[in-house]
Amino acid sequence: MAEREALPAQFAPGDQVRAVAVDPDWHTRLPTYARGRIGRVVSVTGSWPLADDVARRREEPRVEPVYTVAFAARDLWGEGGHEVTLDLWQSYLEPYAPNEEA
Amino acid sequence: MSGTHAGNPIAARVRRLEERLVAGGLVTDGELDAVLASVLRGATPLNGARIAARAWSDEGFRERLLADAGAALPEVGLSMAGGLQEQRLKVVANTPETHNVLVCTLCSCYPVALLGPSPSWYKSEAYRSRVVREPRSVLTEFGFELPETTAVTVWDSSAESRYMVLPRRPDGTEGLSEDELAGLVTREGLIGTAAV
Repeated sequence: MAEREALPAQFAPGDQVRAVAVDPDWHTRLPTYARGRIGRVVSVTGSWPLADDVARRREEPRVEPVYTVAFAARDLWGEGGHEVTLDLWQSYLEPYAPNEEA
Repeated sequence: MSGTHAGNPIAARVRRLEERLVAGGLVTDGELDAVLASVLRGATPLNGARIAARAWSDEGFRERLLADAGAALPEVGLSMAGGLQEQRLKVVANTPETHNVLVCTLCSCYPVALLGPSPSWYKSEAYRSRVVREPRSVLTEFGFELPETTAVTVWDSSAESRYMVLPRRPDGTEGLSEDELAGLVTREGLIGTAAV
């Protein structure tokens, strides 16, 4: 399996991000409960081949930065005072700026 | 392994797959056993206990461990290179302000090559679905009452990193040696479902 060069990091610790609201019919590591939810980047953990591409046996899986992203339980479940952190590939995330909300 | 393992439908399916691979001449039983033995050689929760005891005894090691666990492990004669591929380990420290608890909601990711197989409850659907949603209730069912003032962070291992919790050093253990401290640490403490 050839390995591509890693994509540059698009987010930094402290950034607000939204997990994309997708429902692919292939293996992905973006849990359903986080899709469309807003979180905060805690750290950049390194770069890894995208699990979705690896599972689909792509010749050259995309290599993307993986971020630890913290979500407030209240934003995930509507209740609870705890935080849940997930490790998410860059393409699972999009920038979020609260003042862009109409 | 639990006594019910042989009756588990997934175990039966894996065994049938093994039989087909062996019958097809792709692999032998001996080769499969050798891979398992090499991955699990030296893998035990005692490694986590030694890491915790060193971190409690040596502030410099604690800082290096929390900054980059993979780079710090050789100081206690351990490494993350023992598995099929080297994995990133992130150690998260409990404090009076924040308690950490681990899960893998998508499957059952766990630092197996370092700490050995995970407990069977860690792989159960009940634990995996509930601890992200109501961690305090789950901890209470483990017999672990967390003060209301302590925040909870649940780490869901959804990518390539593996996690270990560094429990808080128990009060009244100032005079204990590193070996004695290691004896206090449980596998549950390293997952975050027990205090130590």
